[in-house]
Order: sequence, then structure tokens, then C-alpha cells
Amino acid sequence: MTAPTIGVLALQGDVREHAAVLNECGATVRAIRKAEELTALDGLVIPGGESTTISKLASDLGLLEPLVQAVSNGLPVYGSCAGMVLVAREVLDGVPGQATIGCIDISVRRNAFGRQVASFEQDLDIACIGQPMFHGIFIRAPWVESIGDKVQVLASIPDNSAVGRIVAVRQDRNLATAFHPELTDDRRIHSLFVDIVKGQA
Amino acid sequence: MSESTTGTLRVKRGMAEQLKGGVIMDVVNAEQAKIAEDAGAVAVMALERVPADIRAEGGISRMSDPDMIGEIINSVTIPVMAKARIGHFVEAQVLESLGVDYIDESEVLSIADYANHIDKWQFTVPFVCGATNLGEALRRINEGAAMIRSKGEAGTGDVSNAVTHMRSIGGAIRRLTTMNKDELYAAAKDLQAPYDLVAEVAENGKLPVVLFTAGGIATPADAAMMMQLGAEGVFVGSGIFKSGNPAERAAAIVQATVHYDDPNVIAKVSRGLGEAMVGINVEESPVPLRFAERGN
Repeated sequence: MTAPTIGVLALQGDVREHAAVLNECGATVRAIRKAEELTALDGLVIPGGESTTISKLASDLGLLEPLVQAVSNGLPVYGSCAGMVLVAREVLDGVPGQATIGCIDISVRRNAFGRQVASFEQDLDIACIGQPMFHGIFIRAPWVESIGDKVQVLASIPDNSAVGRIVAVRQDRNLATAFHPELTDDRRIHSLFVDIVKGQA
Repeated sequence: MSESTTGTLRVKRGMAEQLKGGVIMDVVNAEQAKIAEDAGAVAVMALERVPADIRAEGGISRMSDPDMIGEIINSVTIPVMAKARIGHFVEAQVLESLGVDYIDESEVLSIADYANHIDKWQFTVPFVCGATNLGEALRRINEGAAMIRSKGEAGTGDVSNAVTHMRSIGGAIRRLTTMNKDELYAAAKDLQAPYDLVAEVAENGKLPVVLFTAGGIATPADAAMMMQLGAEGVFVGSGIFKSGNPAERAAAIVQATVHYDDPNVIAKVSRGLGEAMVGINVEESPVPLRFAERGN
């Protein structure tokens, strides 16, 4: 596979930033707003945004079931921030009945680090992408409260008051980060996902 | 950087990036905030009176009661914004201490300082400011605004000023992209804006921060038109809770904002919404009550 086709769920959020990075990583990018657009994708990115809004729109627009179906048929997914909430099996501090795709066996707490004044930047040690450290941008970010057996932890908070909290995970061909690599110039997380899609990672 | 840092340019501007494609709704109590959240709002704006009532009742409008803002913060999980008067940096300090997620330094409230806006760089919490044209937008960004909204004319249900302001900002950006470098100095002088920001806009063809629209949006078609004119998201004030069926209208405006370029969806969600807010023609509104002319 030379140029994989990767969709970005474009219901709400920083769609354009993810699309730009995926392009630079050699993917052909499609904005996904309707169920029929899910066919012929090699991978899917769920961007940052407001998770309750994305979840409600996906339900109302009849996109949630097709998403669950596509992912269970093996479509690899990467979710950042709100996207991490959308791929989680369980959401803590969500709105009642907040629906998710649930393809990664994690329990995620929304806005876990606090309100916007607590949003922060911090360098992270992510072994699978090597050095230098990855600059994490956390905006009203979630964290992973607990993980299932099949989930691999990629990164944790090193040293602030939330030390040890899990902020990046992988399960099979699915990836999730609590931070926003699309808001930096570092392409390594998206490159990793493109490699996963190509079957090279 | 090994330690974590808060209040950076990237987390302030990045917060607004997360709101893109969404609708931010004015609410005056916890019950309205819940309706907005259930309808799919990306954030709510907590204020004491919606602009239509400020317009009708007159008097001085100020920052909202901290108790009311606290109730709204406790009732929803989505971001909560609140308004401070133009130049009123202590109202902004209070809002920051209450934990609001974004401050709107807003012309809808009375002006506190006729000469100066708030020095927004001094705050950890990010600010959104209104603008009627590109120069005004760049002056606010220079003062530290992390998000811009076109001003429109709030509380009227008349979208015409929002259209004028969005076209003015978009047109001026397009003209900058066609200029030679030496012409940008004169452009900066004309715009009364810093050269560096003007050059950045000329190079990128967009503002360095997210651009929403506001002021007079009352229907799903209004919201979709503003998105087609280049807005990255929509503030709806009086248009929802001054209408006949707030919950359905709110959800319809959310869907029309997502599918702003699909007339079939806009037609479908526009059905059966009941009465839109009655509205006031901006041209018939007395000049002292035109909010957009406050602060430049």
C-alpha cells in the first residue's frame, strides 16, 4: 500500500489540523460526515473537539452504528482528546447516555485535569517513537483511568500533580492520545498511525 | 521543557480550535444550559440577560452574578464562557477565579473603559473578542485575544451586520494575500494593526486564531450562510431562547452548522421549528443601541 486513504471524522473539532498532518505523512485524506463516506477507507481519525457534541451528532446523523460496524470489521482508528473519549469502552464524568465506539478497552475520565485554566503543555517520554521527547498539548484533556489486558500504555504524565496518569494507549491497530499532536509540528504520532494502517507498525 | 506549563498561547488558541464547527449558545440559567448541552452545543455563554433583553430594558449591563455562573458551571460538562465589559480587567479577574473556560470581552455589555481594552496577555484564561473588520480583529489579537468573532448586531435577529462584518474581514484577508511585501507596510498603516500580524495573515490567508461569527443569527439557514462566508463556528445569542421551541431550534442550528454546505440537510432541519425570534431591523434601531459600534 503506497498512499493509504484515511478519513477524518468531520462532525466538529480541529479536523483541518489532523487532515494537514496526515497529508504530510503521505495519506490521502477524506472528510467524513456521512455513513456512506466510511466505505473504502484504510483508517479513520477522530479529532479533538467537544466529545458530547461529536457523540450526539454521530447518533443523530445515523453515523454511530456504521462507525461501530466499520471498526469491528477491522478499520484502524486513532482518536485524540475528544477522539480518545469516543473510542473508549467507558466514559466517566460524561453526560447521561454518552455513546462511544468503544473499540479500545479503557475507561476514560473527561476533563480529568480540570477546566481550561488548568490546560497545559508537557514533554512526554514515548518509547515506541523514541527520542526526543514528544511535546504534549493538553486542553481540557481526559486521562485513562483504567485499562483492559490487551491495552498497551504508550505514555504517562511524568511529574506534575497527575503523575502516572495514562495519556496514550494502543490496542491492536487502534490508537488514542489525550493530547493534541496535530497542534504541534511533530509528526511522529500521525506517522505511527499511518504505519499501523499500512501494516508496518 | 520538562515541567508542565499552563496559560500558553498554544493552549489558549488550541482551545478555540477544539470548538470549530460548533455552536456556542447564550444561556441565563442552569436549565437553559442543560438544554443547550443536550442539543449539542460545544460551549455555553453564561450571561444575566440575553442581548434582546439588554436592548429592550436598557441600563448598564455588567458581568453576571458569580452565583449564577457557578450554577451553570456545575450543571453542564461542556465549556462555560462568560462576558466581561470592554476594558473591565477586574471583572475578567473575577471570571478567571470562578473557573470559566473562556472570557468574552464583549460590546454587548456596557463599556467600562472607552480608551483601552483589557491586556489579555496577563491572564491564564483565554479571551474571545468581537470585530467588525480585519484591523479591529488584529488589534484584539495584539492585545492577547485567542479567538475572534465577527460582532454582528446582537439581540436583533437581523443577520445583516454579521454578514457585513464577516465579508469585511474575509475580503480584507484575501486582498492582503495578493499584495507585495512592500505594500504590506502601507496596509498595516491603513488597518491600524501591527505589521507582523498583517504579514502573518498575508502569508497564511487566515487569521492566526479561530474566527467565529456572532450577532443576529436566528435560523439554521443564518448559521449555514455565515459558515459558507468563512466563519469557523457560530455564537447564537437571543435566537434560541427567544424563539418558540428552543430545544429543537438549538439542535437544528447545530446540525445546519455541521452540514452548512448541504441544502437538503438545512431544509430538513428547518422544518417544524415554530416561531423564530421576532427581531428588530438594525437600520431601525437607534444608534446608541448599536452594540457593534462599541469598542474598536
